Amino acid sequence: MVVLFGEGWPVFAHVSLSQFLLGKRWYPTSSPPQFGALPLILGSLLVTGGGLLFAVPLGLFAGIFLAEVCPPRGREVLKPIVELLADIPSVIYGFFGVVVIAPLIRNFLSLSTGLTAFTASLILGIMAVPSIVSVIEDAITSIPRSYREASLALGATHWETLHRVVLPAASSGIGAAIILGAGRIIGETMAVLMVAGGAPVIPRSFFQPVRTLTATIAVEMGEASVGSPHYHALFSLAIILFLFTLILNILVENLIPEGRRRVR
Amino acid sequence: MIEENNLKRRYLVQNIWFTIFWLSMILIAVVLGSILYFIFSRGVKVINWEFLTAAPRRGMTEGGIFPAIVGTLYLVLGSIVVSLPLGVFSAIYLTEYASPRHPALRAIRTAIHCLAGVPSVVFGLFGLAVFVKIFGFGVSVLSGSLTLGIMSLPVVITSVEEALKAVPLSFREASLALGANKWTTIWRVVLPSSLPGILTGLILSIGRVAGETAPIMFTAAVFYTRGLPQSPFDPVMALPYHIYGLITEGTRPDKQIPLAYGTAVVLILLVIAVDFIAIYWRGRARRSRKW
Amino acid sequence: MEEIKLRIKDLSVFFGKKQVLHQVNLNIPANKVTAIIGPSGCGKSTLLRSINRMNDFFEDVRIEGEIIFDGNNIYAEGVDPVTVRRRIGMVFQTPNPFPKSIFENVAYGLRIQGWKNKKAIEEQVVKSLQAAALWDEVKDRLHSSAFDLSGGQQQRLCIARAIAVEPEILLMDEPASALDPIATARVEELIRSLIKKYTIVLVTHNMQEAARASDYTAFLLLGKLIEFGPTNQIFTNPQKKETEDYLTGRFG
Ligand SMILES: Nc1ncnc2c1ncn2[C@@H]1O[C@H](COP(=O)(O)OP(=O)(O)OP(=O)(O)O)[C@@H](O)[C@H]1O
Ligand SMILES: [Mg+2]
Repeated sequence: MVVLFGEGWPVFAHVSLSQFLLGKRWYPTSSPPQFGALPLILGSLLVTGGGLLFAVPLGLFAGIFLAEVCPPRGREVLKPIVELLADIPSVIYGFFGVVVIAPLIRNFLSLSTGLTAFTASLILGIMAVPSIVSVIEDAITSIPRSYREASLALGATHWETLHRVVLPAASSGIGAAIILGAGRIIGETMAVLMVAGGAPVIPRSFFQPVRTLTATIAVEMGEASVGSPHYHALFSLAIILFLFTLILNILVENLIPEGRRRVR
Repeated sequence: MIEENNLKRRYLVQNIWFTIFWLSMILIAVVLGSILYFIFSRGVKVINWEFLTAAPRRGMTEGGIFPAIVGTLYLVLGSIVVSLPLGVFSAIYLTEYASPRHPALRAIRTAIHCLAGVPSVVFGLFGLAVFVKIFGFGVSVLSGSLTLGIMSLPVVITSVEEALKAVPLSFREASLALGANKWTTIWRVVLPSSLPGILTGLILSIGRVAGETAPIMFTAAVFYTRGLPQSPFDPVMALPYHIYGLITEGTRPDKQIPLAYGTAVVLILLVIAVDFIAIYWRGRARRSRKW
Repeated sequence: MEEIKLRIKDLSVFFGKKQVLHQVNLNIPANKVTAIIGPSGCGKSTLLRSINRMNDFFEDVRIEGEIIFDGNNIYAEGVDPVTVRRRIGMVFQTPNPFPKSIFENVAYGLRIQGWKNKKAIEEQVVKSLQAAALWDEVKDRLHSSAFDLSGGQQQRLCIARAIAVEPEILLMDEPASALDPIATARVEELIRSLIKKYTIVLVTHNMQEAARASDYTAFLLLGKLIEFGPTNQIFTNPQKKETEDYLTGRFG
């Protein structure tokens, strides 16, 4: 933390905070260099939002399936497989995105390049699904059986029990799973670096290349010389990234006590 | 009876939802299955003995990936050496010793949870600034292991903590009531019964470490080394970084992309193998559990 | 003899290869408390759970025989277990309120049944809480969490929740075993007051409780029904040697 701020701070000798956060141009190597991080921030948010759009419904439904609907034998097989899939490194997804999905999307939509925010969202969404499924499954199965039995003994169907008792009781865990997914997507570097295209401009559409905070750091760290404004600017990007994940984490933290308070 | 009618509708609703759940799972299985199939069907072709045991040749257009395999193993082992003891002891301290209502404890726990969510690339920057630059370890196995170890620390601590907390209070009380002291109780009763949880934590972290690219880009990995690392202060090649390099820095995509498929297969298999071992262990510990 | 509410005929239950109940025959009289006693593991809970098909959820379970309720075998083909459970309610060993408010706990079953009218729901909730002798203690905090109640109050809440949907039979599996003597006494009192409307089957470990709270007693041993009769008679003049041995504490 200290390191991050220590290394990130000096950039503000070159640009003001508002220029940094709201500036629309990121040209770190022009002279004078311009460090407007807005396109990168928006790029990250766009890709994350898009990724969640794919991952959340799918992950939620499949997590419920695994915990409740799946026959126990199937679950014994599927659960470890899902855990394995969650561990597949993001480089692999990025690789697949570059060689397969991007050309498909380019041809299908006749774009000049298939490396777009949409492609990145798709890939990141797919990537995040297994971990979301796995956490949601855990959240649901950790609900005590006594709740379930009480509801069933009152003449509720399986779905009613699930929908009115089990899922609400698991809601904080489910929320945490989704936020965890969001954190994973926003912090993802490699896949997005390979797939998102990499243009540091404010995205106007889902189908154009974008550059995220993470990708910028990864690409430019190699070029920036230690101690230069550029180097410090990259640390500042890391601070922004850190703050984003901090916010997500605070959300998770507050979700849990609140879920308990919100008993009604 | 009115109730019967109502029941039909209730079952209909149930069936609709359950169908949606089925379809979601099937969709996921199909998508992920085809990704894996695609990669494997292409990658297996290039894998042979030479691919696994030789170094890359001719500007990485031929040859194998041996140095990258070794490099990744070094990094994984190094990071476990850093994270496991540290993680287990911190978790024991947090759950068993520190008074739960202490405000500092809450702060520490929050900090750990926050660190768990920090993007790996940020850890990479941290490692660069601290281990590579300040400590002067340079781009090396050591810097990379420390970075990865610290990165996986939160995951290890939280899952160990969770596993410890899942042990019923009655176990502890029973042991304490028999006159065992606190440390004996933890060592003989709490730790063994939380082993499955601890192993799950380890699965998560190992899988993550083996496949991580961003944190080692600046701290440990290079695209190409001559031979294997001779000391912890040498840089290494690593499987995920190798894939990235083949795709992005390639000059001969026609020759390098097949190599990337092969490397991808090796990386996936490595991660899966690690997971299998851990899942097997977890299963064994669960089976011998009596509650 | 009185009206019979439920006839259990040759009921056998298997978990996998293990037979837990052996051809149990038992007639449950209406508007009475029937206690089921026996040593731990003899199959009391299994018998009870068979009556509202709660055993269906276990894997590898096999059930033979019949349970005739209202003229129909509840295990017959085409009988819907959800309906059975609506009509035969259950209270569990440890109080298990939902993580919802006191009000919503009791209203739950009604909402499931499709009750929409707010007023009607409210009336039924109040009525059930009164019947469960809990109303006076909770009337000022209906919307606070059910977990804020004491164990005994939680158990009475669970009883209120079960009777809100007006079942005909109420199954209780050691409802007082997690409670202190005072809370136990209140629950037993409550059980006695409920028989005007309900038929109750009460599993208990506690001989005094069976003696105090029940009209009839069934003694179960190793999955077999040994003896069944009026509680008085079972406790003062058991016909079978096993029953006597158990009651005098010679085993179990
Ligand atoms: N789901 C199950 N799967 C396998 N065996 C079971 C299951 N439930 C109960 N049993 C077995 O059936 C037997 C009877 O169990 P049950 O719970 O009915 O006993 P009980 O008389 O209620 O005991 P207690 O007084 O301790 O509650 C026991 O030997 C138990 O091990
Ligand atoms: Mg029992």
